[in-house]
Formats: sequence, C-alpha cells, structure tokens
Amino acid sequence: MKKTFILLSVLVSGILLMQSSCSKAVSSRTDGAPALNPASTDLTAGTWKLVLLSRPDSFAVAAPAATNTPGYIGELNEIKGLQSNLTDAQIGNIKYWSAGAVLRWNEIMRELVAKHNLPPYQNEDDTYPIPSAANPFSYPQFPFANPPYAARAYAYISAAQYDALVACWHYKKQYNRMAPFKIDSVINANSTYINKSDLPSYPSEQAVLAGVTAELMKAFFPTEIALVNAKVDALQNATMASGACTRSDWTAGETLGRQIASVFSARGRTDNTSKAVGTPAQWDSLATATTAKGETPWISLETPKRPPMLPFFGNVKPFLFDSLTVVNVLRPGPPPSTSSDQMKKETAEIYDMVKSPSSKEIELVHFWADGAGTYTPPGHWNAIAAEDFISQNFSEVRWARNMALLNMSLMDAGIVCWNTKYFYFNPRPSQLNTALKSTTGIPNFPAYISGHSTFSGAAAAILGHIIPSRAGDYDAMAKDASMSRMYGGLHFRTDCEVGLTVGKNVGNYAIQRAVTDGAE
Amino acid sequence: MKSFFKKIAAFFCIGVAAILISNSALAQTDQDAIMMSKNNFCVGLMYGYGSWKNYWEGTYKRDNENLGRVSSQMVGLMGNYGIKRNLNILFSVPYISNKPSAGTLHPMHGIQDLSLWAKWMPVKTSVGNGALSVFAIGGISTPLTDYTPDLLPLSIGLHSTNLTARVMADYELGKFFVTASGTYTYRNNITIDRNAYYTTELHLTNDVEMPDVASVNFRTGYRTGHLIAEAVVNSSKTLGGFDIRKNDMPFASNEMNATTAGAAFKYTFKKIHQLALVGSANYVIAGRNVGQSFSVSGGVFYAFNVKGTNKKEEKSTSN
Repeated sequence: MKKTFILLSVLVSGILLMQSSCSKAVSSRTDGAPALNPASTDLTAGTWKLVLLSRPDSFAVAAPAATNTPGYIGELNEIKGLQSNLTDAQIGNIKYWSAGAVLRWNEIMRELVAKHNLPPYQNEDDTYPIPSAANPFSYPQFPFANPPYAARAYAYISAAQYDALVACWHYKKQYNRMAPFKIDSVINANSTYINKSDLPSYPSEQAVLAGVTAELMKAFFPTEIALVNAKVDALQNATMASGACTRSDWTAGETLGRQIASVFSARGRTDNTSKAVGTPAQWDSLATATTAKGETPWISLETPKRPPMLPFFGNVKPFLFDSLTVVNVLRPGPPPSTSSDQMKKETAEIYDMVKSPSSKEIELVHFWADGAGTYTPPGHWNAIAAEDFISQNFSEVRWARNMALLNMSLMDAGIVCWNTKYFYFNPRPSQLNTALKSTTGIPNFPAYISGHSTFSGAAAAILGHIIPSRAGDYDAMAKDASMSRMYGGLHFRTDCEVGLTVGKNVGNYAIQRAVTDGAE
Repeated sequence: MKSFFKKIAAFFCIGVAAILISNSALAQTDQDAIMMSKNNFCVGLMYGYGSWKNYWEGTYKRDNENLGRVSSQMVGLMGNYGIKRNLNILFSVPYISNKPSAGTLHPMHGIQDLSLWAKWMPVKTSVGNGALSVFAIGGISTPLTDYTPDLLPLSIGLHSTNLTARVMADYELGKFFVTASGTYTYRNNITIDRNAYYTTELHLTNDVEMPDVASVNFRTGYRTGHLIAEAVVNSSKTLGGFDIRKNDMPFASNEMNATTAGAAFKYTFKKIHQLALVGSANYVIAGRNVGQSFSVSGGVFYAFNVKGTNKKEEKSTSN
C-alpha cells in the first residue's frame, strides 16, 4: 500500500505541476498594443472633407472655460483624485484604451458582429423567423449580423467616427485648450501610461468617439446597450485618469459625438435597408425572372429552405457613389449560362478541386471562411487593417479616416455584389452538382459574384493606397481569400475572378476620395 | 485457464462517443483490470461504427436536417506489451472517417492520434474471499496528422495533445468482478487555421484554450479465462468550456459532457488461446454539446510471447 500512496502522490503532484506550469489562458494579438504615438497631431484635420456633415461646425460647441478659472482648477483636482487611487484594473484599463479609441471601438464592433452573426433556427412549420429591431431581445435576437449587415454597420460607425473627429479637430484648433497633463505638472508626472501629445484636448477626441459610437452601436446592436454604456464609462475613466482630458473636455466631446451620430442614424433610416429583406412574393419573382431568361435559378441548399439573405441589399444607398453607378457602371455582365459548356467546365473544375481536399487547402478555406459566428469577411479586413495601422503612428483622426475609407469601400462592395447576386440569381456549384461537397458552410445566397472576392478586392485596393509598402501583400491576401472559395467548393472561377475585379473598381472610388479629402 | 486469460489484453472499444466527433475510445485496455504477462505482446485490429441524428446544443436537444445522420467509422491498430507482470505498455492508432448523410458539408477522414499508456498494478491482494487490485495508469496522446479540429462535427478529432492520469480499482469475487476508475485529462491548447474566433467573447488569436476533462468509468460482469461479459457506464465532463449557441456549429473548446451505458464482451478461443474476439455496444444516455451516439465495435486480437519463453512457466507465475 505504501507504494500506492507514493504513486498517487506522484500522479497528483504531476497534475498540479501541469496546471501551474502551463497557463492555458490565451491572449489576443492586440492585448499589448503600444500607446498611440502619432507622428503628427494632424492639427488641421478640421478642414478634411466630410462624409455626411455639410460643415465641421454644423453642431456648435461652446467655448471652454479658461484654464485659470476656479471651475477648471476644480476639474484638475478631480483628475488628481482619480490618479491618486489607481487600482491595477484601472491601470490596465488606461493601457488598453491608450492604444487608440478607434482601434478599440473597432474591436468591440467586431466582437458584437461575431456574437450576433447566427442564422435563426427554423420555426415548427419549417419557416424561418426574421429578427425584429422593434423586439430585439426575443428569439431570434436582432440583429442577425450577416456580412451585408455587418459591412453596413462597420461603414456607418466608421464614417460617423470620421466626421465626428473632423468636427472635433475643428474645435480643438479653434479653442486650443491644452490637455491637463500639459497644464498641470502634478498631473503630468502621474500620466505615465500614455504618450502626451500637443493636441488640444477640448473637446476630447475619446469622448467624441464614445458618444458617436455608442449612439450608433445602440441602433445596430440594441441588445447590447448595457455593454456599450459600460465601455463608454471605461473609456471616460481611462481618459480622465490618464490626464488627457477634464470632465468639461469629455462632456463637450460626448455631446458632439452623439449629435453627429444622429445625422448618420437619419441616413440609415432612409437608405433602403428597411426593404432589404423583401417579401415571399418578391423572393419568388427573383426565381421566375431567372427562369424566364432560360437560366437555372438559385435555390437555398439548406433544409428547410431558408429565404435568401437580404436579397434587396443591392438597392441600399452607397457612400462612395450613387445607386445608378451600381447598376450602370459597377455591376458586371452576366455569368456563363447555366446550360453552357463553360458552366459545365467550371462545375467540373470545382468538383475536382474539392473532391479530396488537402490540409493546405482546408487551411486556406478556414482562414478566410469568416462564416456564421465570426466577424464576417468585412470584419476580417478590419482586423487586417487595424493590426497594420497600429505600427503606423496615425493620429486618432487619421485612424478614423482610414477605417472610414476601408469600411465605406467594404459596404459599397457589398452593395454592388448583392445587386449582382440577385440580378443574375445564379446557382452555387453544389446546386449544379449535388455530389460536390464544401469544406465550410455554404452561404445562403446566389453565387455570382463571390462576396469574399468583391469585399477583398475593394479592401486590398484602398489598403494598398493607405500603406503602399503593403500593397503587394494585400493583393496576395485578396487573391487567397478569393481562391479559398473555389478550394472550399463554394464558388466558380468566374464568380471569384469577376468579384475581385468589381471589388477593385469599388476600391478605386475610395482611392479617388482619399486623394482629394485633404488628408494626403 | 483464468491465469492464461490474464496474459491476453482485453481490448474493448466502449465507444465513448463522448464528443460529437465520435472519437471513440479505442483500446479500452487502459480502462480495464487485465494485465499482460512479462514479454507477452498482444496486437489487434478494431473496427467501430457510431452514428447520431440528435445532439445537444447546450441543454437543448435537437436534430439538424443539414447534417442528417452523422456517422463515424474507425479502424484502429492497437497493442499491449508486458514489461513486467504488473507493468504494461499500450498503444493505439486509429483511422477515422466521418460523414453526414445530408447537407453540403464534406466528409472528413484520416489518421487521428497516437495514444501511449503505461499501466501499473502496484497492489494485488486478497480481501475477503476475493482479490483486490489497484492500478495507476498514465497516458499521452498526440495527433499524428494535421487534420482540422475546426470543422466539427465532422472533424476526426480535437487535435490536442493530452496527458492522462487514472486511478483504478478492481475487485474480483469468483467469476464476478467490479472495476471502477477515475480519470483526469490535461488537454494542451490547440491552434486552428483561422486567427480569430468567438466563444463567449472574441479572441484575436489562433490559439484555443482547451479545458481539461474528468471522467469516471464503472464496469461489472462475468469474467473467466474464456469469456468476459460486462456492463459499462462511463461519464465524462469537460471542466470549463462553453455551450454551442442556438443554431451555431460546435467548437473544439465546447463543454462536451456525456454519460454512456453499454455492454462489452471478449471471447478467447479454447483451442487457440492466443486468439480473441471482442465486441461492444454503447449509447449516450445524457449529454451536453455532443451527439447522442449509438456505437458498436468489434475486433480480433492475437497474443504471443516476444522472447519465446515457456508458456507454462509464464502461466504459473502470472496468477
């Protein structure tokens, strides 16, 4: 029995050792992102070209109190109070937000998309419930943050952040009130977790971002209001405790941000999204019109058959061009006829590709799949951009400008892509050959043109303009993303090749905007 | 005859099917109280089939017409070598093939993980009219190929490297026995092909934290030199992890719990003592984030003495 006890104690200590020596907690790539350290404060960004606002001072911001008034000195004391009792959690919070509020809000947005990107479960009668913004908490929760929904959410929030920061910079330059850490030496000495720039702090850029983002996130993700409010509070605590803004800097900024959000919310209510789901009669007419052209119409490959994903998202109003341009300029010509030899050849090509997938091919398919439960392909390109921007030393306003260019490209690419998909209503490879199986989930919408390819073509174009040294890499990534859809058995070669070209054409509109927006 | 029986490993695929991937436990010798004698080597080939139509999405039990019935076939090679009378080394290597009967998802197949076990019996003593044995078992398993764990329920495994510690006791009274064991499995983190995923929060990494697993196994029945017939209950619980969200796909770090009930037999030929047949059937009676699998398995084993020593001598020392 002695032996047994020895053995048992060896086993037990072995297990304890394994547990203590190998911490399994995983960390995210951006957990330790350095504090934002802009190469330039971009002090004149108040003159940059706006997206929706007509003027940077469309919403008035009152002049701040002078820094020698009793009220302001009281605000400085509030900061000193915060700084004298910082817990480790608060220091962690300061470090987290110090990497940049555009970055962190973008990550939060991606998290909410991933959380809400689940297709609804069917009803008892094999129909599908549709999430309702009026009743967001009941199943299926609103929204179903699928790729078009996500692309639009990223674009609205990014574009609004950009307009809000241009307005913010306008007032910063006009009022020129320095940050607390520049005004008070005690606060300066305690502001150790951030880089202290010469940018005026009234109104606070972090507050503007909190206000504009929170207001729009509540509309896009109405079940997440508590979470969003907690993030606003966390950002406010971090910004004030780090000595970067006073309460009046914050209040002015948050108010301005919320006001500017209302302009974007108003556009969102009238951009045709409310009609994007359509009606059963409209869904049927898509198939009828395709049959009338002599083509095989797309059918849902899910059981029970699911209504097509946002079939009229293609009529949503784009940011970078008008709806006529979608139809007359950007929408490509038809795919090969479903009865053509070309289509037979393309079907056979995909069947051969996916028949016996290698680990390498599955890796590519899964890396780019971004399907249900993920932040979607537009989210993936946000991740690529954000992680590259960290090392670029952009100011917050330049971060916002570049994210807005990217996300307007992605949303508009989504619009052109969806318009094309439902105009041609073309089947997936596994509809034309039911023996063809895919190595990731098959999306519930027509094939031509590939969404991944269109999104990626657009993103690679504008990102290559923003960081020219990476242009070749972005093109290669877009090609990979595009090809992954063939390896996965989800798309024909034509879907992917035309998708990449159309995406690039959309991205070029963003480049045209970029060279004339005053930031370059 | 009883003594000879103990020279031969009893391999029972109890088909735990504890997880959606029907990653059936192969060489159940690591969960039974049978030891090979010194220098004896037993090698066998197993075949297993399991399938399920219903699964638990968290606690919600459902089917999925986009998967239909998910079936899993396994062919495994396994062996057991007696280093000493009370110390055995075991191994297994399965090839697994998973397939849905409906929907558009691609079947997955390939060689899965190598498992190695050391099984030690430090105590064997008389208690009352019977015999009590106590075992300590340690194991390691590691993937042999770069199969993806990120296409559940069709992935052929979870691709983690695992360390397992087990304590087991067996009491034998005449022709009847009871065996009980408790197991703790440490699972190493895995990497997946995408670099972001959502569990209950977004992770911007390809590194996935794999919670550990605890399980208990209870088996009882009839045991003679030529025949074992037993009832087996196994319950395993993931110590952490999260539930599959409504209408989401399963993920490798889900909390996968299962309780299975089943029966197994082993028959050793009277005229060819080296040859044995095994079989088992198991059903998942309760689960969480797993398929409700019914699985069967069968195998054939052959035992021989590596050093060619006198069998009779072996027999006399083994019991």
